[in-house]
Amino acid sequence: MATSTSAARPTGTLSAWEGMARQYDYWLTVYKRTWRGGVANSFATPLFYVLAMGVLLGGFIDADPARLEGATSYLAFIVPGLVAAHAMTLAVSESTYPVMGAIKWHKTFYAQLATPLAVRDLVNAFLAFVVFRVASACAVFMLVLAPFGVFESWWGPVLAWVAQVLVGTAFAAITFGYSARLKSEEGFGLVFRLGVLPLTLFSGAFFPISNLGPVLEWVARLTPLWHGVSLSRMFCLDTVDWPLALVNLAVLVGLTAVGWVWSVRGLDKRLEV
Amino acid sequence: MAVLSGVAVPAPLSSTGAARLLVLRNFIVYRSAWKLFLTGFLEPVLYLFSIGIGVGQLIDTFEFHGEQVPYAAFVAPAMLATSAFNGALLDSTFNVFFKLKYEKLYDQMLATPLSTGDIARGEIIWGLLRGSVYSAAFLVVMLAMGLVESWWAVLALPATVLIAFAFSAVCMALTTWMTSWQDFDKITLAQMPLFLFSATFFPVEAFGDGLLRWVVEATPLYRGVVLCRELTTGVVTWESAVSVVYLVVMGLVGLAVVRRRLDALLLT
Repeated sequence: MATSTSAARPTGTLSAWEGMARQYDYWLTVYKRTWRGGVANSFATPLFYVLAMGVLLGGFIDADPARLEGATSYLAFIVPGLVAAHAMTLAVSESTYPVMGAIKWHKTFYAQLATPLAVRDLVNAFLAFVVFRVASACAVFMLVLAPFGVFESWWGPVLAWVAQVLVGTAFAAITFGYSARLKSEEGFGLVFRLGVLPLTLFSGAFFPISNLGPVLEWVARLTPLWHGVSLSRMFCLDTVDWPLALVNLAVLVGLTAVGWVWSVRGLDKRLEV
Repeated sequence: MAVLSGVAVPAPLSSTGAARLLVLRNFIVYRSAWKLFLTGFLEPVLYLFSIGIGVGQLIDTFEFHGEQVPYAAFVAPAMLATSAFNGALLDSTFNVFFKLKYEKLYDQMLATPLSTGDIARGEIIWGLLRGSVYSAAFLVVMLAMGLVESWWAVLALPATVLIAFAFSAVCMALTTWMTSWQDFDKITLAQMPLFLFSATFFPVEAFGDGLLRWVVEATPLYRGVVLCRELTTGVVTWESAVSVVYLVVMGLVGLAVVRRRLDALLLT
């Protein structure tokens, strides 16, 4: 395989757009055949969280906008954060096992690379599919939540949705790079326990990060998810602080760029062997 | 298999001896996955810090059986109970399914003097041992954080073992009916609402006084959560006995079904 791929690796014979479009529909087709299994979970789980934490627990919480970053109810506070955290979880789960599957178990990437596609195209197509998954899931989620009266304007949730998609993109790119380098799937268990769970719990989705105390609050500010939660919440609650929003945006875009380069390099190296 | 049950087979193991062998086998396998074992303990602790402390700053106290309980002390025993529940569920569904269907581990074991009853008991005892280590560690964390308010808390450890026993047995029984990994989505679909609505993060009074509350009070995880909460806060009532009997019966029924199902699946 080493000789054949290195000899026939035709980087750049297709434009980036063409390359992505050619393989994007592959992942979409796979998804069309398998979506039923996970769909109940990917919608039911966040809804259960909204009901349990937002509505029921929120009923016991004194809705003081001064303590809830401007939200007039705990439900309104928690929803933008939960959707952003959901975007992250979805992006990470879609770019862990499936990536390892395409490298190690089904060898889909090797098959795709035997065509005029380049490594860059494989990464683009895969990430485009994950972004589609995140975008559609978050859109449905936000639409379902609209009747709860948690949004302050009509345009805010739309921008918040863009922010959530960006969270998904950044996490998908970084996770892809990690998965492309991983030899055994045991590493994924650690990603969920030491990455996804702590980020979900401490990045301001469930409570204002000022509750963490000054030191941990700054640690939380350094996590990528917090930037997404912050953007999502500012738009939903119409409390946009533009300089902060630009910082949040820059961090997410920057992470996406770094993650993408890391992914392409990682996959390139991995498929050589 | 039938041939082996002839005359040359050594005397069957005693059931404790058989369970001991199975536990030992699991222990040896798990030694290589110690990272997963160690981080498994983190999950409830993280929930406790995040929800109990972070969200707790937004909440005063909750009333529990007429006593005012600070929010962190209210959530902590629920995390203790749910971690026993989650651990038991994971072990007795995913792991058992893999061994049953892919590894064919039980087929191999039945070729030895082990019986299906031994397998059921051994797997469940292993799950309980593993869970107890987590629970004990979590109780120490609670103690260090000043969230234990009564000597009754000593009984919280056996209470978590009981919760784990009840769920292990029933989930292992359910696993014997599963045909593919897709069936696990249904498990998650049951696990999430049980975790979130069993009076874990808020009092059961949130469900009002109607049918809904009655339904919640009749679910097994709620019984486990309330039992742990009664023990760590020291507000032990007759309800505690109800919970104990409920969980014991649930576990025994599960165990009986597992045994019959393994007989049907592997010995016919």
